[in-house]
This record gives sequence, C-alpha cells and structure tokens, in this order.
Amino acid sequence: MLMWYGHRDAMTPPKLDLLQGTLDLMVLNTLAAMGSLHGYGIARRIEQVSGDQVLLNQGTIYASLVRLEQRGWIASSWGVSGNNRKAKFYSITRSGRSQLAADARHWERLTGVMDRVLGMSKDPDEEGNLA
Amino acid sequence: MSWLLRVFGRIRAYFSKRALDVDLEAEMAAHLDMAIEENIERGMSPFEARRQALLRFGSVQQAREIQREARGLMKLDILLGDLKYTLRTLGRDPGFTAVALLILALGIGANIAVFSVVDTLMLRPLPFADPHQLVWIAPPPTKCGLSCATYSTDAYDEFRMNSRSYQDVTGYFAFSSPGNLSLKLSGGAPIAATSIDVIANFFNVLGVQPARGRLFRPEDARHGAPPVIVLSDAWWRTQFNADPNIVGKAFDIGGQQTTVIGVLPASFDFGAVFAPGTKVDAITPLDLYGPPRDWGNIITFIGRLKPGVSLSQARQDAARVAPSMCWNNKQPQSCGSYKDQVVPVPLKDYISGRLRRSLVVVWSAVGMILLIACVNLSNLLLARVAARSKEFAMRGALGASRSRIVRQLLTESLVLSIAGSALGLCLAYVLVFWLAHQGSIALPLLSTLHIDGAALAWTFLIAITAAVLFGLVPGLRMAGGNLQESLKDSGLGSGQSRKHESIRSILVVSEVALACVLLVGAGLLLRSFLHVLDVDLGFQPDRAAAIKVDYDDNVPGDKTGVLTTQKRTVIFQQILAHVSAIPGVEAAGISDYLPLGQNRAWGTPFPKGIKPPDNASSPLVYVITPGYLHAMGTRIRGRDFTWDDGARSDSVVLISASFARYLASLANWPDGNAIGQVLASGKQDLHIVGIVDDVHEEAVEGEAGWQIYYPQSQADSAGAQLVLRTTLPPPVLANSVLRALRALNPKQTAAEFRPIQTLVDHANSPRRFFMILVASFATLGLLLAALGIYGVISYTVTRQTQEIGIRMALGASAGRVERQVLAGTLRLAIIGVFIGLAASLAAAKLIASLLFATSPWDVATYLGMALALLVVAAVSGYLPARRAARIDPMVALRAN
Repeated sequence: MLMWYGHRDAMTPPKLDLLQGTLDLMVLNTLAAMGSLHGYGIARRIEQVSGDQVLLNQGTIYASLVRLEQRGWIASSWGVSGNNRKAKFYSITRSGRSQLAADARHWERLTGVMDRVLGMSKDPDEEGNLA
Repeated sequence: MSWLLRVFGRIRAYFSKRALDVDLEAEMAAHLDMAIEENIERGMSPFEARRQALLRFGSVQQAREIQREARGLMKLDILLGDLKYTLRTLGRDPGFTAVALLILALGIGANIAVFSVVDTLMLRPLPFADPHQLVWIAPPPTKCGLSCATYSTDAYDEFRMNSRSYQDVTGYFAFSSPGNLSLKLSGGAPIAATSIDVIANFFNVLGVQPARGRLFRPEDARHGAPPVIVLSDAWWRTQFNADPNIVGKAFDIGGQQTTVIGVLPASFDFGAVFAPGTKVDAITPLDLYGPPRDWGNIITFIGRLKPGVSLSQARQDAARVAPSMCWNNKQPQSCGSYKDQVVPVPLKDYISGRLRRSLVVVWSAVGMILLIACVNLSNLLLARVAARSKEFAMRGALGASRSRIVRQLLTESLVLSIAGSALGLCLAYVLVFWLAHQGSIALPLLSTLHIDGAALAWTFLIAITAAVLFGLVPGLRMAGGNLQESLKDSGLGSGQSRKHESIRSILVVSEVALACVLLVGAGLLLRSFLHVLDVDLGFQPDRAAAIKVDYDDNVPGDKTGVLTTQKRTVIFQQILAHVSAIPGVEAAGISDYLPLGQNRAWGTPFPKGIKPPDNASSPLVYVITPGYLHAMGTRIRGRDFTWDDGARSDSVVLISASFARYLASLANWPDGNAIGQVLASGKQDLHIVGIVDDVHEEAVEGEAGWQIYYPQSQADSAGAQLVLRTTLPPPVLANSVLRALRALNPKQTAAEFRPIQTLVDHANSPRRFFMILVASFATLGLLLAALGIYGVISYTVTRQTQEIGIRMALGASAGRVERQVLAGTLRLAIIGVFIGLAASLAAAKLIASLLFATSPWDVATYLGMALALLVVAAVSGYLPARRAARIDPMVALRAN
C-alpha cells in the first residue's frame, strides 16, 4: 500500500490499514445498503462513509470482489452506468446477506470484548476488585 | 460450503485466465474513466483529474496481481513455472542430465527389483485363503532334512482325530521324484512329467479353488476308485494347448486311463511353495488306506488352525497327541515313537524363514547403492549450482526468499528423481521378469515374482526420498550463501568455494566408505561360495549324468515279492549290459534315489547284540546295482556289490564312513573296522561288506548324514535312475542311451538326461543367487564411487586452475602438480577406506550367519578390497591430475 498520505498532512492521524477480511465485510455491507453498484461506486462509497479515515487503494477492491463472488455472496453482471458507460455491476445474494449478518454479529462481539478488556486498565476503581 | 464454491471457483479461474484478465482490464478502465469524470466535475483540469484518479486507484499492476492471486491457483502457477524452467535448464545441459538419469535409474531400479524380491519371498502372504492360519507340522529340524519330516498313515489318522486345534489337517506324499508321470498320447513316445500325490482334502485345507472343473473329493482317493488327475495351469497350456474342453477327457497315464477332472488356477504353483526349483505338472489323489498305508513315513503334515487358536496352543496340543501316534497300528511297539517329533510352525516361516538373513543383507546392500547414488548426485548438483551462484544471488537481491530458491532447486531434483525412477522402473521390470523365469534357482515363490502395487508405492517413496536427499544439500548451501560476496565474486577460487570443497570432500569420503562396506561384504560372500564349491561331496559330479529308467517288474500273483525282485534284477542287468556297450560309457549303475535330492529312511540297523540308543538318527537308504558307486565316483573300501549278491546269499549292505565310525564306537569293534561286522535290522542279519565315503544328500553345506546301501536284488527298489560316467560330454550320448533303453522297453518315456553337475548347481543355487546379487551391487557401488571421485577431483582442478597456474608460474613442475592432485585424491580415498573398514568390522556379525567356512573378519578379504578400492580411486584421480599437470600458466592466469 503506498503511503502517499504521509507527505501531505502531518496533523491528521494516519489512516487505518485495512485487513483483507475487513475490506470484504465493508464491500458486502455497502452492497447490502446500496443495492447494485459497480466497482468504482463501491470504493467511493466506502471512502465517503468511513470519513476518509481508511487507507484504501481503490484498486484492491477488485481482489475483494473476486473473493466474494467466488464464495457466492455477491453476483455480477455487465450493465450500463448512469453516464452511459459500460461497467460491471455487483449485488448481494441471499447467502451474502446471511453471511453479512453473521459477520456483523461477530464484529460486535469482538469490539465489545476488546472495549471491556482495554477499559480495564483505565479505571482505578476496578483494581480493587481484582485483589 | 462457501469455501467449496471458492475451490471450484479457483479451479475454473485457473482455466480461463485470459478471459478473466480481459474482464479485469475492462473493469479497471471503466473505474478510472469514472473517477476522472468525477474529478472533472469537481473542477479539476483533465490532467490533474487523471493524476488524482490514478493516485487514489493505487498501483494498477499491484491491483492486477492481487486480483489474480485471489482468484486462481497461484501456487500451481508457480509450480508449473518452476517445472518449465527446470526442464529448460536440464535440456540445456544434456550431458549432466544423461549421467544423472543413468545413476538414478540404476540405483532406483535395483532398489525396486530387490524390494519386489523381498516382498514376494518374505512380506507377501502366501497365495492361499487366510494364510496366517496355515501351519507346517514336522519334527524339529535334523540332519536328514525333509526326508525325515514325514509321518505314516496311521499317525496321520491319530493326529487328525485327536487334535483339537485344527479345522483340518492334510498332507502330501513327499517322495515323488521328477518325471514320475508317464503320459502316452496317441501315436507318440511316452512323455515324462512330474506329479505329486496329495491327500484328498489338500485343496480344501489350503483354500484353493479350481480354475476349471473341480478338485478332489474323498471318493477320488478311495482304493480302487477310477484314476483322476488335476492339471497345473502351466502344463495345461503347454502340453494340452489350453484346451477349453479338457475337463472330462481321459488320457493314458502310467498305463491307466486317467480322467482330467480340473485345472488349477495360475496363482497356485505347488513347486513354488513346497518344492522350490521343481516344476510340478499335475496333482493326483493319494490312496492313504491302500498300499501306502504300509510304506511307512511318507506324508508331510499341513494344518489349518481354528480361528482364535494360537501357535503355542497348537504346540501344546501336538505335544499332547504325539505320544499316542503310532507308526503302524498293527505294531503296538511303534506307538509313542513320535514323542517330541510333532511341532507346528507357521507355514510362511517354514517356507521362507531361512531366507530372512540373506534378504536383509541384499536389501541393505541395495540401500547402500542408493545412498552412493544420492551422494554422487549431490556432488553433481552442488557443482552445477555453484556455477549458477551469481544467478541465485541476483534473485535474492531482487526479493526472492530463501525458501523460494530452495523450492526451485528441489523441483529440479524432483524432476530428475521422478524421471530417473520411471527409467528405473522399466529396468526393474525387465530384471524381475528375467528372475521370475529362472526356474533353476531353488528359491521358494520366486516364480511368482512380479511388480505389483506395493512395488510401485515403494518406487514413489524412494523417488521422493532420493530427491530430498540429494536436492537438499545443494539447495541449502546455495540459499545460505552471502549475497554480496556472490555478486562480487568475479572469478574462481573465492572463499565460498572452500566451504563447498569441504562438503564435496565429505561426500566423496562417504561414497568411498559405503563402497568399501559393499565390497567387503561381497568379497566375504564370494569366498564362502568358493568354499562351498570346494566341499567334498562324496561323489564326482563332472562327466556323470543320470536318466530315469522305466521298467515293468510286475509279476502277477507274486505274493512274497521274490519273483518281482528276480524279474527286476534281470531287467537291470540287461539295461546295464546294453548301456555299458555304448562307446564312451566308462561305467554305469542304477540307484533308486540320487544324492542332493529326496530320499527316505528305513529305521536304523544296529550291531547285533547292542541295545539301540534312543533318538539316533536314521541313515538314508539307497537301493543300488553293482557299478553305481563307480559311476558316481564314490570311493569304496572293501568291495562293491556284485551280481552274485542275490536272494539266496547273505544279506549284505554298504554303509557310509561316518555311520561306520558311529557304530564302531558304539560296539567297540576292533580297529574301528566295520567291514565284516553284522547289523541287525528287524529279523534280518545284514553283513557289512564295504565302507563308502560320506555323501551329501540334502544340501551341499550341511553336515553329511548317514547313508546305507542295499543291493537291489535284496531290497525293494523305489524307482530307477541310471547313472553313467562318460569320457564324452553327456549330451552327446543322450540319444544312444535312449535308443538302447527303448530297444529294451518300448514304453520308456522320453526322459531328460541330466548331468549330475546340475543337481549340485541346483542345490547351490540359492547361495549363488545371493552372492551374484551382492557382487553386482558391489561392482555398481564401486563404479559409482569411481565416477564420483573422478567428478569431484575434476571439478576441484577446474576451480583451482588459477591457483595451479600461479604455482606453476612460481616454479612448481608439472610432475609435482600431478603428484599433489593424486595425493589429495588418495588422502580422501584412504579416509573413506578406513571408515568403510571400521563399519564393516562393526557390521560383520550380521553377515556371519550367511558365511560358509569363512570368518567374517577374514583379513585377506578386507585388505584385498581396501587395496582394490584405493587402486580404483587412484585411477579415477589420474585423469584430472594429468589435466592439472598440463595447465598452461599463462592461459590460467589470464582466464577469468
């Protein structure tokens, strides 16, 4: 991933590096919310929703799309975009929706646990309980 | 489930690369166009719009690569790429490839062949149903071997009835001689074949199903039942042309119309299992309760254990039943004579147990060959890889990981290994085919030798192991090198090559050591074999030959047998008179059994008045005519039988020297002289008229047992083998002898004229077989070691060209350089020989049981082989040494 950002603005905190699985989850969710989108649209949407906090080389989305499509969670077909441009559109499938729900639940649990564990060291009142 | 879809998706993507690539390009192009459009709408200039779009997109090449990685079988692509590269590089160096393939083919091929042999003889279960239940029941092994491992009909009945451990017990008649069957087809001379008589339940107990027709039923063996016969698959094909309607046809066999009731399957070979080295053409039922009942101990025992019965239980059971077994129910004093003489052992152990040691030695030898081959290849590859060290350094600098480089080198060695093993498999197939058709080697189950699934699996295993063995060392060496140094390395003779050289030296030393061990082993076995050949057999096999004689001494209505014996005497006299008249025949005689074959015993006669000790072994019996001993070349002290020894004169016998010594010590005869003394056998008085040299009658190597000879005019002859001693080579006389015999008896079968030497060779054949195997492996090992030494020294000289050039420029003479190279070679060889000799000394005990009259620490052999190896090493190093001496210092210094 090219770190071109680092030269621009030293004040904003560095963007988060995305892991393979999390990008897949974002793509899935975007399609679930937005319906049928082409690759560029998905990438732009993710950038907008994450408030530009994610380090995303837009090109990496195509690997993600191929993974999701092979697993049968999204389906693709060639179509025409708003500007009369030929593009490949992706939409979520039913198994994709159930996978999305499962993954989302998993994330919530994970983040909840992490919050609690990380919250441990901040609270001085808690220490008494451990003794 | 989704991962399964993913797998299919990956496979599909692998096969439609181009289409998917085109798709992706279109998508990415559309993506960029839309990004540029959006940027323009936001107000950027077209140039800036494009730049920003590309920046946000990231590297197009990278996007392509990760998409390809995500969708297809990347690892497979890499593997195929490696494979193609390997094939290219191997093709560019055909010399190296050819040598490597040859070495691998020889090493792996030998391994597969030996594995097949070991598998067939030792590991594979016998070709019967549930073979682990089958046991061989016999007395503990004694000097007289198979001839004493039999039981009588009454003993069989008793054992079968009272034993509780067996589903059933069967056996066969152990005293058939080859050519005992006479088949007369219409309009032709009688044809000789070999048949074995078996008890009616033989095939049931073994679990053999007929290929055609049926096998025996109890009524076929009953006295007076119509004669039936079962053919072996081989005889059915060769003699009867695989006639599909053979079942039910009747043929004149031995003068009786015998019906063929069935054909055995090709998988059943009686000779292969029970009588190695003999071909059994047909099987007939044994009439247990007819005349054979009074023939004494004639049946071997084979039993099938009940499921769940262990061997020790069967042994205890047998020990319990043995005392109640009688030799003959009509002679109560013979009951109890089988005490401790009935011991079951697993059939497989009986058949091939003796071979275990030899097979282990051969297998180790061939394993060592493979090791030597791998070491050789390691060296070769190391040299090759060192020549490419710059290429690998470059790759490493460009980002290839160590494992990637090692993987590529391993691919190379795998390709070589698999190609080599394919060739080796062909080689092994030819070898195995040839071995399986060597009918003269008396090894059990050898004729069933073939390459099967187990051998193929073994091939695969060896191929992989070999590839790892010889591919890993160069690979690790290469990948572990210092990148900078390799890139800088501009010429030969840098620091890294010194490390390489020590590895090469270690490899050469190990090769020499392994070759030394092999040579010493082969040398010891060869010496043993030569000692075996030197054994005094008690007869002179050269220029003597034997042929089976058919005769009809039947006198109808002869109750006492006296007239039969008289008729037979006359027949034999006539035959001998006619045959002796043939020019070239020095001596002729007839015996019913020949040495080194089967025989039987008739109890032990003891000196009159002496009480026989228990458990004395029995002498084997030969019923002979005058002249037989002379024809065999056996020395006699005293006198031979004459034609005057007949029914009316004293009963006379000849006994062997060791038997005579034993009896003399027992009876305290004056001067230890047995001649003139009298033995008591039953009610008869036997006068000893001569002492004969000991004859080896079971095996050449074992102790000679005892023999006793009766004149055929005073005893029952079990058959007739005519033995001739000739001044001409035996095959020349074959026709004249047959003609003479036919003139006397038109029913004489066209029997084979066998030189006595073949009997001896047949008895020695297992030992000869193993010796030849190990000797060929040792030769192969020596050759490989020599090639290895040559290769390494040659390569070292090449690498040191500059150094040598400098030395010569500084004043070293050509001779000195040559001597130095040779000295280096010999140093390596001597270290290797020392290690090899030490290893041989340590392993000597393993081979000791296979040696005959040779100590496993035989100094002459060790020194001789060490010397031979050093000479070979010196010769291998000589050519490179000469090349070193011829180096032109000017050329060497200028070369890069």
